[in-house]
Amino acid sequence: MSDTASPEVPQSTQRRHEVNQSPIARLERMIEIRLVEDRIQDLFAQGLVSGTTHTSQGQEAVAVGLAAATRATDFVCCTYRGHGHALALGMPPAVVLGEVLGRQIGCMGGVGGSMHLSDPDVGLLPTFAIVGAGTPVAVGAALQFATKKTDGVALSVFGDGATNIGAFHEGLNLAAVWNLPVVFVCENNLYGEYSPLESTTAVTDIADRAASYAMASEIVDGQDVDAVQASIARAVARARSGGGPTLVEAKTYRYVGHSRSDKAPYRKDGELEQWLARDPIELFAGQLLASGELNPDALDAMRHRQLQLIDEAQERVLASPTAAIPRMFENILSPSHS
Amino acid sequence: MNQAISLAISEEMDRDASVVVFGEDVAVAEGPFKTSEGLLAKFGPERVRDTPISETAFLGAAVGAAMTGLRPVAEIMFIEFMGVAFDQMVTEAALMHYLSGGRYEVPMVMRASVGSGLGFGCQHSQTLERWMLGTPGLKLAVASGARTAYGLTKAAIRDNNPVVILEPRTLYGQRENVDIGDESIIPLGTAEVVRAGTDVTVVALGQTVSVALEAADSASWSGEVIDLLSLMPWDRSTVLESVRRTGHLVIVEENQRSGGWGTEIASVVANEAFGVLRAPIHRITAPDVPVPYGPELEKRFLPSAAYVQEQVSSLLSTKKSPSSWWEELV
Ligand SMILES: Cc1ncc(C[n+]2csc(CCOP(=O)(O)OP(=O)(O)O)c2C)c(N)n1
Repeated sequence: MSDTASPEVPQSTQRRHEVNQSPIARLERMIEIRLVEDRIQDLFAQGLVSGTTHTSQGQEAVAVGLAAATRATDFVCCTYRGHGHALALGMPPAVVLGEVLGRQIGCMGGVGGSMHLSDPDVGLLPTFAIVGAGTPVAVGAALQFATKKTDGVALSVFGDGATNIGAFHEGLNLAAVWNLPVVFVCENNLYGEYSPLESTTAVTDIADRAASYAMASEIVDGQDVDAVQASIARAVARARSGGGPTLVEAKTYRYVGHSRSDKAPYRKDGELEQWLARDPIELFAGQLLASGELNPDALDAMRHRQLQLIDEAQERVLASPTAAIPRMFENILSPSHS
Repeated sequence: MNQAISLAISEEMDRDASVVVFGEDVAVAEGPFKTSEGLLAKFGPERVRDTPISETAFLGAAVGAAMTGLRPVAEIMFIEFMGVAFDQMVTEAALMHYLSGGRYEVPMVMRASVGSGLGFGCQHSQTLERWMLGTPGLKLAVASGARTAYGLTKAAIRDNNPVVILEPRTLYGQRENVDIGDESIIPLGTAEVVRAGTDVTVVALGQTVSVALEAADSASWSGEVIDLLSLMPWDRSTVLESVRRTGHLVIVEENQRSGGWGTEIASVVANEAFGVLRAPIHRITAPDVPVPYGPELEKRFLPSAAYVQEQVSSLLSTKKSPSSWWEELV
């Protein structure tokens, strides 16, 4: 993927375009997400970053499927577990890594950190670190599209645990009664922090919750990027054509702990292995190999190239200065008015 | 400090079977900050419960349970998460005693971690006492280490009012010897003089107590450091008595400058002890910005011991409030 976008087209928009267009780019992006998040964990382990981080290894197909099914002009509200979505939507790896490392090259110049990524060029609103907070905000973004009668769609991405918070229910109901173009995407990775779904949640399928709001819903295999893309595309088409909101539940799994310090002792025996056997990257690579769209040498070259790009991104990040003190005083209030 | 909190709760659960604990990942995982260690094993799942991510539901449940016969200790993992359940604390819990003409009591405790210093970013690093300040019907205290956390937690659980205990999260790993038992209970509303001195009264809270002590320990001035401990109610007499001796008051706050807890202390002291003040009351605070992430910035956000020392020295020598470090930047 080129680092030499034309000056008129932001690099993230161009990267989004690639994911929209080509299955090969989608595979590449999933590999990129995995490598970037592995790298983030390495950098934490090396003591180069303080604080915490929430990575999403195992959930890459949801992020990439969502990005592929939507436009850079749509709006997306994600969570603290947001590196994968940010990369999928188009944010370049150096910009993500840079923010995590508190460097000036980061999307917020290093004052936000891992939980706070945003990229207006591709409609990524600042990721929400408060569980549930992004859901009503996405409803508002959809209201904007509806009011202005454009065919944009807003998306809210959240975990299974977030469906137990009031904001989720209020947000879905409001979207339903106002018939807004919004797609609620639940990444059901079976755990909310250290608690298994069944210990905190009255339903097994989050999609069932849509019924309370007379809302369309779908369950999709979150490890299958094509299936995720198709499912979200159906929901997006419904939204764009005035058919109202949809709740899409992607069944997925995070291979890692909730956050950096979590070793996930709560996992059930054999569960991780079962999910690793259906790794979204391996599944999709296998499909592309089987269909002849990719050959084994090209796949090797792709993995190698991605690793190289991430090494390069890391170098640029480490060469970028840490956030400067005056930056913390910037952007608190907007100086403009209408 | 986390062990001291676990122990305080455990002892109170032993003492009174109506004490129950709930919050996110407090039971099986023993608390995200390990502040409920051993509680599930000892008291079982009836009294120690994990909740869904539903702060409104479980804080509200704490209110109802408290009014009708239990003594819940509810944990809000980060004080920011109270935002989604604000109503239950400041509009329900705080007013039930009043609204029942004094017939219902709300003996509940809401514990929450607070503060900057761990690189968690601006939505997980605030102290937010100001959200509750001035709410009639609530008590509010802030721990400054293991000993005070132990003493305040026990006092809070025994109190028949809704009590909020804030725990600076950088201090969970802090260790000190703690004498256990009822003698170590710290009554809500009492401050402690943690260092005697004659030139200046330095009032601190939570994470700034150790900052103020460090500043005073190597200073050219003799600082009397007061750990305020409780904000609602706060200990006017200890502060006023000290200011009457030193003639100077400096308040060291972690919160942003505007509307910080120190404004209340400053206004009362200005009213009650105007005649003895030999310099303006001076507040040392963080700037009016969200808590920044980059480590150097986050470190600068919280007043440092060196900065406090410098500011107090300047105040004492010039008898004028020194300007804050950021004034030349903004
Ligand atoms: C209101 C609120 N309560 C609690 C938290 C702490 N917290 C952060 S992530 C998380 C678990 C969320 O689980 P889920 O929604 O399933 O998403 P996942 O992390 O699995 O992606 C919790 C409890 C929070 N950030 N905000």
